[in-house]
Amino acid sequence: MLAKDQKIEFQLQCPLPQLDFEYITLGHGSGGLLTNQLLNSGVFELLSNPYLDKQHDGAIFKASGELAITTDSFVISPIFFPGGNIGELAVFGTVNDLAMCGAIPKYLTLSFILEEGLAIKEFWDVMLGVKWAANLCGVQIITGDTKVVDRGKGDKIFINTTGIGELIPGASIDANRIEPGDKIIVSGQIATHGMAIMSVREGLEFETTIESDSQPLHKMAENLIRDFKEKVKFLRDPTRGGLGTTLTEMVKSQPFGANIFQDHLPIDNQVANACELLGIDPLYVANEGVFLTVVKADIADAVIEKLKSIEGGHQSVIIGEITSEHPGQAILNSAIGGKRLINMLVGEQLPRIC
Amino acid sequence: MKHLAEYRNPELVEKYLAEIKKVVSKPWSIMEVCGGQTHSLVKHGIVRLLPDEINMIHGPGCPVCVTPLSLIDKAVHLALNHNVTLCSFGDMLRVPGSTKSLLQAKAEGADIRILYSPLEAVTIATENPDLEVVFFAVGFETTAPANALSVMRAAELGLDNYSILTSHVLVPPAMEAVLNDPDCRIDAFLAAGHVCTIMGISEYYPIIEKYQVPIVVTGFEPVDLLHGILLAVNQLERGEAKLENQYTRIVRPEGNLNAKNVIEKAFEIHDREWRGIGNISHSGYELRDAFSSYNANIKYQIDIPKAEESSICIAGDVLKGIKKPYQCSAFGKECTPQSPQGAPMVSSEGACAAYYHFSNINQPELSQD
Repeated sequence: MLAKDQKIEFQLQCPLPQLDFEYITLGHGSGGLLTNQLLNSGVFELLSNPYLDKQHDGAIFKASGELAITTDSFVISPIFFPGGNIGELAVFGTVNDLAMCGAIPKYLTLSFILEEGLAIKEFWDVMLGVKWAANLCGVQIITGDTKVVDRGKGDKIFINTTGIGELIPGASIDANRIEPGDKIIVSGQIATHGMAIMSVREGLEFETTIESDSQPLHKMAENLIRDFKEKVKFLRDPTRGGLGTTLTEMVKSQPFGANIFQDHLPIDNQVANACELLGIDPLYVANEGVFLTVVKADIADAVIEKLKSIEGGHQSVIIGEITSEHPGQAILNSAIGGKRLINMLVGEQLPRIC
Repeated sequence: MKHLAEYRNPELVEKYLAEIKKVVSKPWSIMEVCGGQTHSLVKHGIVRLLPDEINMIHGPGCPVCVTPLSLIDKAVHLALNHNVTLCSFGDMLRVPGSTKSLLQAKAEGADIRILYSPLEAVTIATENPDLEVVFFAVGFETTAPANALSVMRAAELGLDNYSILTSHVLVPPAMEAVLNDPDCRIDAFLAAGHVCTIMGISEYYPIIEKYQVPIVVTGFEPVDLLHGILLAVNQLERGEAKLENQYTRIVRPEGNLNAKNVIEKAFEIHDREWRGIGNISHSGYELRDAFSSYNANIKYQIDIPKAEESSICIAGDVLKGIKKPYQCSAFGKECTPQSPQGAPMVSSEGACAAYYHFSNINQPELSQD
């Protein structure tokens, strides 16, 4: 989605290193010579920064003020999908989790679990994704780890990242501060990432390819907090489980509820079609480039204006409001004037028979 | 979506609702036969918009819900113990059998695959001659043509590693079974639009004749459903009982002749057990003898104990419209979509699951019709 030309140019600048092996073997995770060859072949150089360059067991870094920390694992299949790859997703996902805490992402760790037999070319392409995404987000990979498991015991690449960020002064992201009257905003179209993945995984073809909207959200979050401080009360990126699950979690056991207006929900036509076709509710489809925020009503319009001025936020819209009427519940007001409860998703969404 | 939006147009919805309110003068119970219609009614919040006089009864037309427990057990058994590659539509996977669901069997290592068409299963069988592929052929008349085609294709290709585990059910006999129940309180039906797309509408004339009940062939979008309800109420208020087709943009009176032809070639009508209702005579399809080598029930000798349904479940009463899901003592307590005690809680198209997902079990104002 983001700066596609820049991404391609960047990839061209970093050709696959010359190696005397084409596939990952168990030896690449042994910690011995092969591990060394793999990392020294270009990984360290690619991700180079003063912390990582020390090639120590861990990294020692300076930080100031309050810190936020998050950890996340990425097991997506396929590892390359329209609009991104697992490497970019790992960086964006972790950066976004920090951003949702009200922090500026600074450092990331990067741990790979590779499956024996993975093509080095694929590994390198994922690394390029990591590097490109890290550059875009202004974060440094300061320590990491590589393990290899037997063929069949992994799924090409699993990535775990831990992220550390510095809290933005004035940030006070806390669901308990939400009050009736506050406005609920999403920063972009929902369900795009999940449907992009599903259409590749299931071999579904639509008129054009649905591309994942995977992107970093930290700039948008930072701008909101700097401009509106404590009036930004809640930030969350509705990844797995989708917007529906995030809304349900947000109001659960709280003295307030949420009213969502179906005709305000932004969704790409093609994505909506794919959901209809498969009998899947877009409210429960994963997102990777969208966040939900709850803000004080008097700044809602200014928040939308601000988000629209930032890359990735031009589709932001108010989708509902906080109410005291049905505490603990998120209610969807359907486009035709009906109401229904938004509930937690049970298990995985499965396509319906008819 | 452009065309879909037309059938979700708030102004048209408003217009039909106003008309229904104007016409209705006494209480009527209308059954929407198909689970897809139930899903849409509840998902769009239509049930709550209707006047109090209209009582929507959610029919047995959810194929996942009415697939007998014993058949799910068979599928699980085949996948776990006969080393077959079991292919299925997605929403069958979560339905619990008496000990486990297909999803659990998959987690235990069974080769279970979610497909969108049985023809994909034939492709898997063709490309992998060492695999024994079984397609779990459930559904109403709507999925029967594709399942029939898959068997005919396999026969053409001379495959001996493909078969189907059939649980095909038919709509008209189920409507009759509901009407024959002494407690039945259904005044009119919204017939399932997609089933009529395949089968046409002629099957309903004898039912109307025998039971004097209005039947309106209806689509699935909010405007369709409200239009169908309006047509049914109009008939009821005038004391009429006739067949009307609301879904004319899709349903032709004769149905889809090619599809019917394919069904006729591969299947014959048999008695069938319906989960939550029991055995209904002549209510399902079974493969014809000519295709018996593709019948998983014959190909694999599956000897497993007969499964027992939960004793607290009132699915029969719910499916016949005698009780609402929330009138069941187990609803939302012992019985949830995570641990369904009976048929209508298993798929989101089942009446109980639709109520569970989309209405509020604690606050009656969202649960009431």
